This record gives sequence, structure tokens and C-alpha cells, in this order.
Amino acid sequence: MYRIRFHARGGQGIKTASRILGTAFFLEGYEVQDSPRYGAERRGAPIFAYVRASKKIINERGIINKPDLVIVTDDSLLLLPIAGVLLGVTERTVLLIATDETTEVWKKRLNLQGLVLSISTQAAVESHAGLPLLGVACVGAAAQLAGAISKSALEEAIHEQLQPLGKVIVEESLAAAMAAYDQMEPYARCTTEREDPSADSYESPHWIDLPFEDARTSAPYIHAAATTFNVKTGVWRTMRPVIDLKQCNRCALCHIYCPDGVISLDAKGYPQIDYQHCKGCLICLLQCPTHAIDAIPEHGQEGEIS
Amino acid sequence: MTRKLITGNGAAAWGARLARAEYIPAFPITPQTEIIETLAQWIDEGQIDSRMTTLESEHSMITTAGAAATTGVRTFAATSSQGLLYGMEMIYTVAGWRAPFVLVNVSRALSAPVTLEPDHNDVLAARDSGFLQIHCATCQEVLDSVLLAYRLGEDEKVRLPVIVNLDGFYLSFTREPVEIPDDKKVDQFLPPYDPGETRFRAGDPISQGVIVLGGSQYSYFRYETHLASLNALEVFEEASKEFEELFGRSYRAVEEYRTEDAEVIFFMMGSFATKAKDAVDRLRSVGRKVGLLRPRLIRPFPIEAIISAVAGKKGIAVIDQNLSLGKGGILYTELASALYSMTDKPVLVSFIGGLGGRDITREEFYEMVAVTMKAIETGKAPPPRLLYSKEELMQMKGLQSIARVEQRKGRGKR
Ligand code: SF4
Ligand code: SF4
Repeated sequence: MYRIRFHARGGQGIKTASRILGTAFFLEGYEVQDSPRYGAERRGAPIFAYVRASKKIINERGIINKPDLVIVTDDSLLLLPIAGVLLGVTERTVLLIATDETTEVWKKRLNLQGLVLSISTQAAVESHAGLPLLGVACVGAAAQLAGAISKSALEEAIHEQLQPLGKVIVEESLAAAMAAYDQMEPYARCTTEREDPSADSYESPHWIDLPFEDARTSAPYIHAAATTFNVKTGVWRTMRPVIDLKQCNRCALCHIYCPDGVISLDAKGYPQIDYQHCKGCLICLLQCPTHAIDAIPEHGQEGEIS
Repeated sequence: MTRKLITGNGAAAWGARLARAEYIPAFPITPQTEIIETLAQWIDEGQIDSRMTTLESEHSMITTAGAAATTGVRTFAATSSQGLLYGMEMIYTVAGWRAPFVLVNVSRALSAPVTLEPDHNDVLAARDSGFLQIHCATCQEVLDSVLLAYRLGEDEKVRLPVIVNLDGFYLSFTREPVEIPDDKKVDQFLPPYDPGETRFRAGDPISQGVIVLGGSQYSYFRYETHLASLNALEVFEEASKEFEELFGRSYRAVEEYRTEDAEVIFFMMGSFATKAKDAVDRLRSVGRKVGLLRPRLIRPFPIEAIISAVAGKKGIAVIDQNLSLGKGGILYTELASALYSMTDKPVLVSFIGGLGGRDITREEFYEMVAVTMKAIETGKAPPPRLLYSKEELMQMKGLQSIARVEQRKGRGKR
């Protein structure tokens, strides 16, 4: 069985990407299970998705703990322990990162033993459709790495999943996926289906008897105020809203609509964004009646939060 | 025959579509919303001829569904977790109306603390309501169970609403290959619903759900509803046989997987049972005699089928993805009472696992077999075991320090 895990930020098209890969496997005659996993927060929050593909019925479910291939479409996640990108990664796991740094840098930084591959984020950023193309490029690469998916199956899967989004997106996605497919040719089939250890020898789970603890400890409380302030949701941002105060008429709509309450008004009534906590959902941009708010890619900007 | 990759939510919507559900009262809740979104889109595109009404709460939604069903309209609704509980008053009420419709519940663990991921305390809170309950383990089973549920609930011998349950995330958002049955064949399996004499019509008024005082009449009506529920066992058998003839997929009230010569079996419900199947296959390949028993029907509870399936087994690892606080696993209690009159009972070992969607690992399934084997040897079952590790507690302690649990101790004394 192939076990493939995707990591991304909400809004980067990872659910669609995992479905394209799942569909391509399915078209090649595999049994497939694919699923996105996210919490209550969507856009910008670290999320993951997984794809299982096998010639036999798949009875496994849920999170993939021992992946054959891990795909990361946002390299900032690699440094965020809570994203869990490296969970179960061993020397036989292939790691594919969308990054503009070299794979050597990541190997060193993360002390990785296995094969690390990269695809550039540049092409995708420059394209008409923007960031979501990164996901589909990763799918193209994954299809080549697994070696089980032909170009025609990949093409059909992209058509099937992206048709509703229009011709331009389909064409750009196809181009991005095929380019990555070709780029990975030297590494074709390097992701392999793993043999699982026999049920005869296994490590027993370290079960414990949960001790009683009184309600001061065991009630689900946070015993202090304003702790959310410590969580810098600014790191979630892939796009940064920037307000042009010259165009702003101080209507305060952005201040009212921001779901995280991070736009305050100064003494004169002008909006100020707290970039430590702005998660980049761009709801403010959609609300602004004077189009005073613009969005710029976060990567490489001054004051990027990490 | 088309086989497509669809989610459990998509499969539920396909079930409603193929059953030609005419009326869909709706209220959103994660992780169910995709079901009504899918149906709404199909209505919008003119692909199905149903009417959807958005209600202001689950309480109203279930009332509306029950009311529509009494008029003989085939009705479909979906909810989850807190939504099911919010509508609980009406869950009991509409069952008493003997109004058959299908309510899909996408299991999600209950608050507090708040979560999104599944366990079965939500749907088991409706256990004693009169709703029948079918529990699914795969996306295919979700679609097929919706069709079976209409057959079951609408049957003259039953006339009760049915909950079809699927697990949030593990099925709701997970795509698997699903065969979409041919609609002509579905029409053959599931002809239009005709409530006959019990139909409510504005032009021919009757009163339903009347008041009775004194207890005697109440006892009659409640026990009749109980008998109707028990009838569903036989009706389910008939319907599932016919289903198998038409569609080639067999759904018994209790699924038996490699149980023939098994010494130890897992007993559990829902989608995590496929994980148990995976463990069974792996244990079998090294010569262990293990199997899986999975009740699909929880109400009515298929006691006889279970007794005949466990006869001759030495031990049962009962895995409850629920917890009756102050008692223990609900399925364990149900099974223990079902087997009480049996001679040569197998040893029952109780495990609580998968609460709030916590994973159950392959190694944990192996270990549950080992623990059950030991109980067979010694003839003594250990106390119930929560599947929870040392590492998880350590992680909890870390989180508690972020939540400043230590710092605030003694605060109340001020
Ligand atoms: S400032 Fe704008 S982009 Fe940032 S969180 Fe608020 S609404 Fe979203
Ligand atoms: S919505 Fe636009 S115009 Fe209104 S206060 Fe915000 S930036 Fe200014």
C-alpha cells in the first residue's frame, strides 16, 4: 500500500491536490482512500491530507503514522512542531518540499536521513491562478515518484477535479503538474509500498491507568486570561493585507468584519492591522468599499513572522 | 454500474437521491453540512426533484421531518452531535408518532470539552427513543444503508424513523470507491411510500400523538412501539436478502468477519471496525485465531444473531467508542446482558477507545487480543481498560502547564 501525506496551510488547495492524486491512482485501478484533516480554523491554519492506494481492499483508516511520501507545500510548516510534518518520517520516507531553498539546507536543518526533493515555488507564484498551483505541481511530482500513475491518468484526474473551476485553471494546472512530473523523472519509483512488520513481534502500547485528579486540574479550563494573545496566528498567513490609508474613508468595516478582531482604529479612526495575529483570511479586503486594501504574498516580506 | 470515489457525506446524499426523498428539512452542523450542501446543489441544478426547507434549529428540523413523514412524503434529514442532542425532545416524540423517515447522524463527540471528531455518545443518546439505528463502517455501506433504512422504517410491521450513523472525518470527509446503484433497480427495491390509513391529510383531519393519562394507555402505546422495533429484526433480514439479490452486497444485522474458527473476537461498531479487520488479517497471517463481530443494527439489538455468532468462542474484546460516565462502555453492557442466559459464555474484556476520534493503533488491537487471551487462560477478566498511553498523559501535562493549571491551584481559598 502507498501511504502519502500532504501538509499545507488552509487555502492552498491541499484538499483538491490530495483528491487529484487519489483520483489518478483510482483511474490506474487502485483501491483508494483520501481525506483532508482540519480543525475548526481553516484558512491559513496548518492542515494535512492523506492518500492511501493499494491493489487490495483498504481497511486501514485515519491518520498515516508511517508515510512513504510526505509532501509539504509550505516550507514554513517544517519549522512548526505543531504541524507534525515529520511524524513517522524515517530514512525510507521521501520528503518533497515546495521551497526556494536547497534540499541540502533542509536536510541539515532537520537532520534528515532519507531522500529530500524540492520543487520551486517560483513558477506557481508567477502563474495566473496563484498559489493553489503549488499543490497540483506536487501531485505531478508525487505521481512520478510513486511510478504507478501515467501522464494520461494524471491528466484525466486533473480534468475531473478542476473542471468546475474553468478552463484556464485546468490548463495552468496541467502545465504545472506535467512540468513537475518531468522534473522528477530521475527519481521515478523511488517511493515504494512498504512491507509492514509481522504481527508476531510488535511493541506493546504503553497503556497506563489514568489517575484521578480533582477538578482544579482535570476540568477543561485555561486558568488565565488573554492566552490567545500568545498564539501568533500571524505565522498562518500566506497573503498579507496591506491598507492604503490614502484611499481609506474610515468607514471601519474592516475593523468590524475581521473575524479575529486584529484591526484596531487609531485616534483618528484609521485602521491598523496587528500582523502578529492577522491570519491572512482577507475578509477585510473583500469588505473594503473603497478597495483600500491590497494583498501581497507573505513570503520574503519584511517583518515576516516565524 | 458506476464506481466512483465519494465521501461518506456524499454517499449519504446519494442514498437520499436514489431513494427519491421528496422533502429535506435542513440545518447545518460540522461534520454533516456537506450532505445538505450536496443535496441543495442537486436541487439547484434540477438533478433531483426534492424540496428543501432550511429551519432555525435541529429541534424544528426533526419536528418538521416527523410531520412531513406523517403525510406520507418520503423525508430525509441529517444532523450530528450537539444538533442531535438539541433536537432530542423531538427525537423521542416523532418516534412515538410512528412517522418513518431517515435521519443520517454523522457522529461527533459531545461537549464539553468541545471537539469535532467522532465517538458514539451522540447517537447512543438516542438509543432508547424508538428510532432504529443502523451503524456503518464504509462509505458504500452508508449509501446502501440509507436505502435499507427506508425499506425498514416504512414497512407496515415497523413504521418507525431510522437513524443511519457514520463517523465524522473517518467516513464523512473520506473518499472511498463507492458503487452507485442503478436507479431503476433502486425503484424496484424501494417503491414509493404509502402510509395508507395512517396518512395525515388536512382535508381529512386526524389527531396524532395524543395525550393519555393514568399510565395504562401510555404503557400500551410505548410497548407497541417496542414491539414494532423488535419486528425490524425480521424485516431487516428480508430486506437485506432482497438487497443482496438485486445489488450483490450482503448486509446482515451483525457482520461476521473471519469468525468461523476464531477463539478471540473483537466486538465493536462503526468505521473503526475496519481497522480491526486489518488487525485480524495480520494476526491470521501469523496463525492467530481471531475474528470480528460488528453489529450493524444497534436498535433493535440483534441478540439472537449475536448469541449464535459467539457460541464456542473463548473470549471477546469489546471495544467501546463511547463512555457512559459512571458506568463504562455501553456496548459492553449491551453485550453482557445479551449473553447472560448463555451457558459456556466467552470471557468479556472491556476496552474504551477512540473517544473524541483518538486513533486506535494496530499494535493496540494486537495487545487487546493478548490481554483477552490472558483473561481466557486465567478465567478472569481484567478491569475495563481505557486505551491511553503514558506518552499521552505526558503530553496532557505539558498542555496543562500552558493552561496554567498549577499556578491557579488554591485559588478558591482566597
Ligand atoms: S486583518 Fe484582514 S486578513 Fe487579517 S485576520 Fe483580519 S480580516 Fe483576516
Ligand atoms: S474598510 Fe476600507 S475604507 Fe473602511 S476603514 Fe477599512 S480600509 Fe478604510
